[in-house]
Amino acid sequence: MSSNVQSIVEKYGNNANRLMDILHDIHSEKGFVSNGEMKEIALLLNISKVDVEQTLTFYHFFSENPRGKYTIYLNNSLVAEMMGREEVAKTFEKATGTKFGTVSDDGLFGLYDTSCIGMNDQEPAAIINGIVFPRVTTYRVKELIRSFRQGHTVEDMINSYGGGQNQSELVQAMVTNNLNRRGAVIFSDYTPGEGLEKLKSLKPQDIIEEVKNSNIRGRGGAGFPTGLKWDFCSKAEGDERFVLCNADEGEPGTFKDRVILTERPSLMFEGMIIAGYAINAKLGLLYLREEYYYLKKHLEFVLSDFRQKGWLGNNILGIEGFNYDIRIQFGAGAYVCGEESALIESCEGKRGEPRNRPPFPVQVGYLNQQTIINNVESLSSVTKIIANGADWFKSMGTKESSGTKLLSISGDLKYPGTFEVEWGITINEMLEMAGATDVKAVQVGGPSGRLIGPNEFHRTICYEDLPTGGAMIVIGEGRSILDVVMNFMDFFIEESCGSCAPCRYLTVILRNKMKKIIDGKGVASDLDEIVHWGKQMKIANRCGLGQSAANPILTSIENFRHEYEAKIEKGKDFDTEFDLNSAIIESARAVGRFPEA
Amino acid sequence: MSKPIVATTSLAGCFGCHMSILDVDERILDLFDLVEFNKSPIDDIKEFTKMCDIGIIEGGCCNSENVHVLKDFRKNCKILISLGECAIMGGLPAMRNNIPIEECLREAYLDGPSTKGHNPDGIMPNDEELPILLNKVYPCHEVVKIDYYLPGCPPRADLIWNALVALVTGDEMKLPYEVVKFD
Repeated sequence: MSSNVQSIVEKYGNNANRLMDILHDIHSEKGFVSNGEMKEIALLLNISKVDVEQTLTFYHFFSENPRGKYTIYLNNSLVAEMMGREEVAKTFEKATGTKFGTVSDDGLFGLYDTSCIGMNDQEPAAIINGIVFPRVTTYRVKELIRSFRQGHTVEDMINSYGGGQNQSELVQAMVTNNLNRRGAVIFSDYTPGEGLEKLKSLKPQDIIEEVKNSNIRGRGGAGFPTGLKWDFCSKAEGDERFVLCNADEGEPGTFKDRVILTERPSLMFEGMIIAGYAINAKLGLLYLREEYYYLKKHLEFVLSDFRQKGWLGNNILGIEGFNYDIRIQFGAGAYVCGEESALIESCEGKRGEPRNRPPFPVQVGYLNQQTIINNVESLSSVTKIIANGADWFKSMGTKESSGTKLLSISGDLKYPGTFEVEWGITINEMLEMAGATDVKAVQVGGPSGRLIGPNEFHRTICYEDLPTGGAMIVIGEGRSILDVVMNFMDFFIEESCGSCAPCRYLTVILRNKMKKIIDGKGVASDLDEIVHWGKQMKIANRCGLGQSAANPILTSIENFRHEYEAKIEKGKDFDTEFDLNSAIIESARAVGRFPEA
Repeated sequence: MSKPIVATTSLAGCFGCHMSILDVDERILDLFDLVEFNKSPIDDIKEFTKMCDIGIIEGGCCNSENVHVLKDFRKNCKILISLGECAIMGGLPAMRNNIPIEECLREAYLDGPSTKGHNPDGIMPNDEELPILLNKVYPCHEVVKIDYYLPGCPPRADLIWNALVALVTGDEMKLPYEVVKFD
């Protein structure tokens, strides 16, 4: 047994629920976890090897094999493609001499695709050994690979710092904030502690009432009333309660939480502490996607600062018995872990497979205890609600959508970035604000949302009309809607956890049908079948990923049917694309027969 | 009114679905009152002699002959039904779909426990008369248009009976839970 694995496992108290951290630590030392190490871990944690293996192989950034001295993950989200990913990818392949999904013969470079890394406002972007390289050009690719071959480290290649905290000593990232509009809640003036100060004079139930009274709804996309969630949790029977903050923003097109985590981490952590006080929790977890690993030191610094100030630890703020701490739990690349029950599974060291609901996390959550899970933006807003009062918060937005919303706007427009707006602006106003002209479509809420055309641009962004988690992808004239949808389908296929059969299979079948139509082989019945089958996805899958995986296809057919019909063969009602000649060629060759064509 | 004409065939299947047709028991006599059979193993008519109303397909396509027969059925039948798992999904034969065909052939004729060392010339069946294997096993609807699907392995006799009666009489099909549940 290697002492290294043993000491890592012991560091986490031989606790199987900390498997993600254990794998992370081994990974960060050598870049993969070997079969032998999996066995060792299993033995030390007293679980079976397959338990370790299934967690390891579930996550995109974990590997059983070496992935090169320089491991390059190039984002393949829609906006990356719009911004010239293809050329960049080709240049990477040429320069490294290896194909995507493989390691170069000399073991120097590993080249991999990865789903949206939260940099849609600065694409094409790549992560190399954990460091984010935004705005990658073909020139930059050649420069990087040449320098790596000369023995430079990845750190050597950081050639600029983004603004704000990105240039602080603890971050030093090339990522830019692109915070294009500050609003009255998240990015308003803020003094750390202004929310916490109020806890001294409020009881937990008062906090819950205030949050309820503010009418704030979950900012992650689902829009569940935050105060109600806290109320349910505080009233559920149980021994222990937990606060989870969902910082897994994996929806392609969203990157607003990245800006909060960079510029306002205290605001979010304060919200987590307030939540902990309200539901009487002892521990809060920030579930952070691995793509944002570069913010680790920065966030940990804030936490240690909080501990020094007496805002975390025992008898916080002098309140007798209020003992609470926060720990960062890293993911390892899985979109589905943004789904709350999958996130819990991941926190427990398992595959990120959504659970059946009910029971809901407020009843049976992390470690089967009562748990609330809130989005980064929701918790940050709560701090301001407690500091300034529910009435102040309600004075902004619309009747059912109080406060402000962060929008991550990217795609074909002048000023991609994060915008904090009051709920209630129209899509037209949003496009004007962000400098978008000649817009063909807007993907509202990312791939799992709706693809709308100009006839819906008068609609209002709010829960009453057009709800969104904030991802807005602007698609300009001249782009093919079908290509957009194909990218989203590939995304859902890649990110499906595979638990529900319709999500596992139907996504592939739908993608193949799309491909057939794009190739000009589609017939009218294909379109009918897509619509018919797509609707099954909503009723036959367990979680939001599967239920919404057909949304890009369904909403694009609803709003851009003409683009599909233009590609469809006329006067033909059925075509399977089956070609006997190409189906037999392989076996004919194998037995040495050469049938006539 | 003349009786509707039915044709049936078994492609890459095990004939289990045809056995299930026979499982309608004494109703087979009613069936002959209701419909006329054309090309089918049931009456041993080898070739289509006229246009048919309903074609019932058991099994998917694993070789070139299956494809020819299936296309022939599509040409000669107004309605085609995929009967059973193999016709609908490829079934057991499709388990080979993840293995390259050359590897399958080598295992069967050269490297398998019963052939290793007994086929020194490395001969694989290659007579021009033999159908050629396809690269994978295809479900019927990936080759031609299929109008209806009757699931099961095999589909229950009652399901087949209800479907045929519904097609012939034009009444709505009865699908009680018992005939489509498989667990």
